[in-house]
Amino acid sequence: MATDVHLAPPTAAPARTARSSSRTARAPRARLGILGWLVRIVLAVVFSFPLLFMFVSSLKPDAQIFGDLASLAAFLPVGNISLDNYAAVFDRVPAARFLINSVGVSVVTVALGIVINSLAAFALSRMRVPGKGLILTVIIATLIIPFETLALPLVWWVNQLPSLSVDEFGVAFTRGWLDTYQVQIVPFIVNAFAIYLFHQYFESIPKELDEAARMDGAGWFRIYRKVVMPLSGPAIATVAILTFLPAWNSYLWPLMVIQTEELRPVMVGIQYFYQLNVSWGEIMAYSTMITLPVIALFIAFQRSFINSIASTGVKG
Amino acid sequence: MRTPARRVVVTSAAVGIIAALTGCASGGGGAAGSDGKNGELTLWTHNAGNKAELDAIQSIVDDYNASQDETSVKVQAFPQDSYNDSVVAAASAGKLPCIVDIDGPNVPNWAWAKYLAPLDLSVDLDKNLPSTLGVWNDETYSVGYYDVALATFARKSVLDAAGIRVATVEEPWTREELDSALAALKAEGTWEYPLDLGTAGTGEWLPYAYSPFLQSFGGDLVNRDDFQSADGVLNGPEAVEWATWFQGLIEDGYAAKKSGKDSTIDFQNDRSAILYTGSWAATSTREVLGDDLVVMPSFDLGTGPKIGGGSWQWGVTTGCANPEAAMDYLSFSLKPEYIAAVASATGTIPATAEAAALVPGYEEGGELAQFREYSEKYAVLRPETPAYPFIATEFGKAMQDVINGGDPRSTLDTAVKNIDTNIKSNGGYTQK
Repeated sequence: MATDVHLAPPTAAPARTARSSSRTARAPRARLGILGWLVRIVLAVVFSFPLLFMFVSSLKPDAQIFGDLASLAAFLPVGNISLDNYAAVFDRVPAARFLINSVGVSVVTVALGIVINSLAAFALSRMRVPGKGLILTVIIATLIIPFETLALPLVWWVNQLPSLSVDEFGVAFTRGWLDTYQVQIVPFIVNAFAIYLFHQYFESIPKELDEAARMDGAGWFRIYRKVVMPLSGPAIATVAILTFLPAWNSYLWPLMVIQTEELRPVMVGIQYFYQLNVSWGEIMAYSTMITLPVIALFIAFQRSFINSIASTGVKG
Repeated sequence: MRTPARRVVVTSAAVGIIAALTGCASGGGGAAGSDGKNGELTLWTHNAGNKAELDAIQSIVDDYNASQDETSVKVQAFPQDSYNDSVVAAASAGKLPCIVDIDGPNVPNWAWAKYLAPLDLSVDLDKNLPSTLGVWNDETYSVGYYDVALATFARKSVLDAAGIRVATVEEPWTREELDSALAALKAEGTWEYPLDLGTAGTGEWLPYAYSPFLQSFGGDLVNRDDFQSADGVLNGPEAVEWATWFQGLIEDGYAAKKSGKDSTIDFQNDRSAILYTGSWAATSTREVLGDDLVVMPSFDLGTGPKIGGGSWQWGVTTGCANPEAAMDYLSFSLKPEYIAAVASATGTIPATAEAAALVPGYEEGGELAQFREYSEKYAVLRPETPAYPFIATEFGKAMQDVINGGDPRSTLDTAVKNIDTNIKSNGGYTQK
């Protein structure tokens, strides 16, 4: 009978390796001096100016946005500044509803994606699966198929899937997942890149830890839950970010499968502003609102994200 | 170890699940659907985010629902830029609603694909502007409440100062007049590019805005005798001359290779002297410029001014379970007061004279009435062929190449070759 497994603190996490290697690299970095900092400042400015422009423009009327384009005023909160565009956003789009939908869909997709993809990667990394090298290759090969080629057949397929519905007459099976939350989540839970990333990370965790756990009576699932996953924080963070971003940015798929406004995500909402007379200030206000959660997520996970990318040798 | 019996059970279960998922679907696809059952009709519109137009549509629907108790219409709104994708996806899943709105030039394609049924309405459509009807193979598939018209805007003070006359319907600017006006305005040095043609536009704007210039030169997007080839019209001498002229506007610095993101605001901010745009920009521009704004017809580049015709229209889908009710709703919605309400909300040209009389500015002699006149006199429908979406895409690519300095002759030849190949590979787009 298996007993609780008590393990020593992680010893071989690649994140630690990455941290220690960063210490050794500190000396050459210091030698970069003023030039290095200048380059960094320039890059920071280049990458942050579009965001700054977006935020500042969200406070200006349309005519002023375009009037300021030829000068630095485009990046400064000067002139006729107000929150009118934010108020107008809520008048044009059910923004709160869209935000709630996107948060819900993205969080569930990420949570289920972490569990299922890590389980698949764990099986391929640790268990004796015949032809697992070929299986992993096939999984990775699916990355070359663009989603656009699968979209229409997928619409047909999800429209054939059985669905459980409850109404005043009781529980009934209906056909078709169109216009539901699950159709925005389920097709995107399994992710070839996430499986690959978890697999690469799990490979770097010494198998001796598994054997030690086995000696203490742990089964595969306990090893996965108590040994491998606790050591895989950076990989989990990376997969969380890489799964969250496409879920948050999802546009084409919801357009095709969601017909009811109450179920739409944020990205579809941005099209609400493109009328014959486009409201640019409102677009900037709405863009600011839907960009903030992504920036917050990245800031929260950036250290783990960078560690994981560095340790798995994967470039974004 | 897996036994043969177990394997059979597993395989049978898998086959069973797949059969269950796919078997019932043999009648699916196309535009088949179940909307309209139980007296409930769904109406799809492209107006999500356009509160004024959506409210006007909702008001018509509310009136209709209150006028009788047999049928109830429900509105579902989609964003305009992605509306077609939503419809095509729904059609592939057999989930189209009973009533849809459609961008005019796409009507033949949707009729050919059997998304749309011919209209059978109880109202006389002869009173409508021709450009508000979607006709293909001698059948009317759609009807709209409004149209829009292309025009040129300028400041009267600017034209007077440069000694340029204001163009009129009776006497639009000729090519020579346009060229000399641009040369005079450019020489002033006030504007880097005196003419704003909206060259940052993409998608349907390209054929809508620029193919009328081609038609004014004497060319066209496709040979309209039988709609089977673009050879000789999209790459004939007139078309090459048009492309060369257009390219010259860019090369001479009269128009930008890529204009600002919003040409109307740029014009209002005095970043251009002449703006080529549509009737939708008139109200907001008049608010800024007041009486200094002059609205003029498009240019006569050889065969008279031409503008694109056809805006959003309404149709009934083939899969509708209650087409009579859908037709009844459409007939109800075409009352002059409803057409006027939608046109007022959108700042567009009312489809009928009766409705126009109810919209301030469009009454006879009103400040917006000239747009209706442009539409009546100059509108050329984009080719009424199911091939149009492909033609539009190819023309858009050719237009971008011309703007970016591509050789006019070879660019147009390539477009013609692609269009002709597409038409042939679709069997000439004759009725399925």
